[in-house]
Amino acid sequence: MLDLNTKKIKKNAYRVTKVRGETASRVRVPGGLLTAELLPLIQNIAETYGNGKIHLTTRQGFEIPGIKYTDIDAVNALLQPIIEKLNINQEIPGKGYTSAGTRNISACIGSNVCPFATYNTTNFAKKMEQEIFPNDLHFKVSFTGCANDCIKTRMHDFGIIGMTEPQYEKERCMGCQACVKACKKKSVDALSVENYRIVRNTEKCVGCGECVINCPTRAWTRSPETYYRLVIMGRTGKRNPRLAEDFLVWATEDAIIKIIKNTYGFVTNYIDREAPGGKEHIGYIIDRTGFSEFKKWALDGVELDSRTIVKGPIYWGGIHYD
Amino acid sequence: MGYQTTTAKMNAIFADLSKEYVIYAPKRYVGDGTFVHIDTIRYGEITDLSEIEFAEKSNYSFKEVLLPISETLFYFTENEMKEADAPKKGAIVFLRSCDLHGLKRMDAIYLENGAVDTYYKRLRDNTKFILMGCENSFENCFCVSMGTQQSDDYDAYLKVAGETVLVDSHWDVLDAALAGATQTPVIPDSVTANDTVVTIPETVPQTLFDSPFWEDYGNRCIACGRCNFVCPTCTCFTMQDIFYTDNGKAGERRRVWASCHVDGYTDMAGGHAFRNDKGQRMRFKVMHKVNDYKRRFGTHMCIGCGRCDDVCPEYISFANCINKLDALVNDTAKEEN
Repeated sequence: MLDLNTKKIKKNAYRVTKVRGETASRVRVPGGLLTAELLPLIQNIAETYGNGKIHLTTRQGFEIPGIKYTDIDAVNALLQPIIEKLNINQEIPGKGYTSAGTRNISACIGSNVCPFATYNTTNFAKKMEQEIFPNDLHFKVSFTGCANDCIKTRMHDFGIIGMTEPQYEKERCMGCQACVKACKKKSVDALSVENYRIVRNTEKCVGCGECVINCPTRAWTRSPETYYRLVIMGRTGKRNPRLAEDFLVWATEDAIIKIIKNTYGFVTNYIDREAPGGKEHIGYIIDRTGFSEFKKWALDGVELDSRTIVKGPIYWGGIHYD
Repeated sequence: MGYQTTTAKMNAIFADLSKEYVIYAPKRYVGDGTFVHIDTIRYGEITDLSEIEFAEKSNYSFKEVLLPISETLFYFTENEMKEADAPKKGAIVFLRSCDLHGLKRMDAIYLENGAVDTYYKRLRDNTKFILMGCENSFENCFCVSMGTQQSDDYDAYLKVAGETVLVDSHWDVLDAALAGATQTPVIPDSVTANDTVVTIPETVPQTLFDSPFWEDYGNRCIACGRCNFVCPTCTCFTMQDIFYTDNGKAGERRRVWASCHVDGYTDMAGGHAFRNDKGQRMRFKVMHKVNDYKRRFGTHMCIGCGRCDDVCPEYISFANCINKLDALVNDTAKEEN
């Protein structure tokens, strides 16, 4: 007969499913990029211990259903080379994924492929993985290459949206206005023409880089530094689904990492001790403590670039069902 | 005269020359490309041979040295005008054989096509050209088809091999500077074949001007003008009269690059434009490069550098267009016979 500790099973990244006796293994892929050599290993688990099917999760993982609880140790052994290859921040080698609180860090395809990307989203996601995993607290973090936000960072606790600060060399501009048209039609209409040259409204500009992409003479280029928009406390769910709001604009990588790490301290301090499964969305905690208390914790010891704009107080909208 | 010297000595010679000349060469601009983490190779000022990008084709040609993207021609007030000063220094330009042939096309347009262009001439007269060899053909190059793979019309040829520099000088100033160096015959590296081979129709019948052949390009071209801007033989410009905003009674006239693919090129008073269709813009450009120019100046305008094919974001190949056009001309001739 089965005698299971479901808490331990869940912490090992297995699901307690609706099918009695069957679990599902969740293979998370930080940043959503893996080498094709891992696919046969995942296939092998699905065909040997699962029901031969693989579900692609919204958080860029593979969920392998139909696994018997009794096969968990065997599956963990087969997961080990995958975990090692993906450089997962693992607690106990050979024992599978540890802790399923903080969710897989997802990323759009970014500069590996996408012409709109302003940075390598996968690399930043993997760097963040090393900083915050493993952890039991319920955090959702995602990375997107540009303001198009294809990964939907605004439905995460922390969304990181790439920005570039366009550099204009006026002597290389002949006034074709390709940038102006692109900005108007595809972005925020932040460019205007004065005496045949381009004026950028720095308050409107979202750093998407459309001007750079569309410039035929390299009059527009990217800043050497990559900047990020950090959007916070978006969520789905039953009570109050809502989009994340801007916290920092023109922020740096170091500041974002520190803020997210600081937030673990904030959550540990203020989480509802009675929360089911010990998990509570950060946003609900901030709703309780007030934004200014969160901000105090989040920015503690953070060095902000001179360009960084800190927004606040933040008020979230969304739909209230509660 | 051919010489063998060292990079250290050659850099010292250029340091000395830089008192009189600004030295321009293709340079790598890290991260300045269209997309993130992509470099651009374009012309810029150098002070050391190590800054020159010898290994790759430059994305943009040398033409911006002689024909700046934006150039102030004169300043005006209510009753007077003053020509903009010429640069105090001359220029030394490193370039490949195809581009050196491109220089001849620019000369034809700006010096030999009616009135001499003062602004071009004053830069041109003060510029020396140093040939960079090509050990291998690059992607999309078709210089051999255009007969531009070699040139001896240079002030010097220069090759860097490790710490050694080989120079073939046609310039007395350089000969004097290299007086102590070992003399040796130096022959410029050049290619004898390209992967891309282009066959140009001898003449294109007028009837093909409205051929459906051009419609494909009308559907594909996005009128960004990149093909024109990277081309060493595209010489079109337009004018911008600027009235200084603080005053309004004083200002300047600039000339800036123009492109026959970009909207506005054929705009006339009254708001008319006579080549709105992008396929017809392609036809205009292609025919200018390999047909019309030749009828006036005796050589094809295109020098086969292939930069237009390198840069087109819609993957329109100029080289393939010429080959397809050649086939179309041959087919048309057969039908008429």
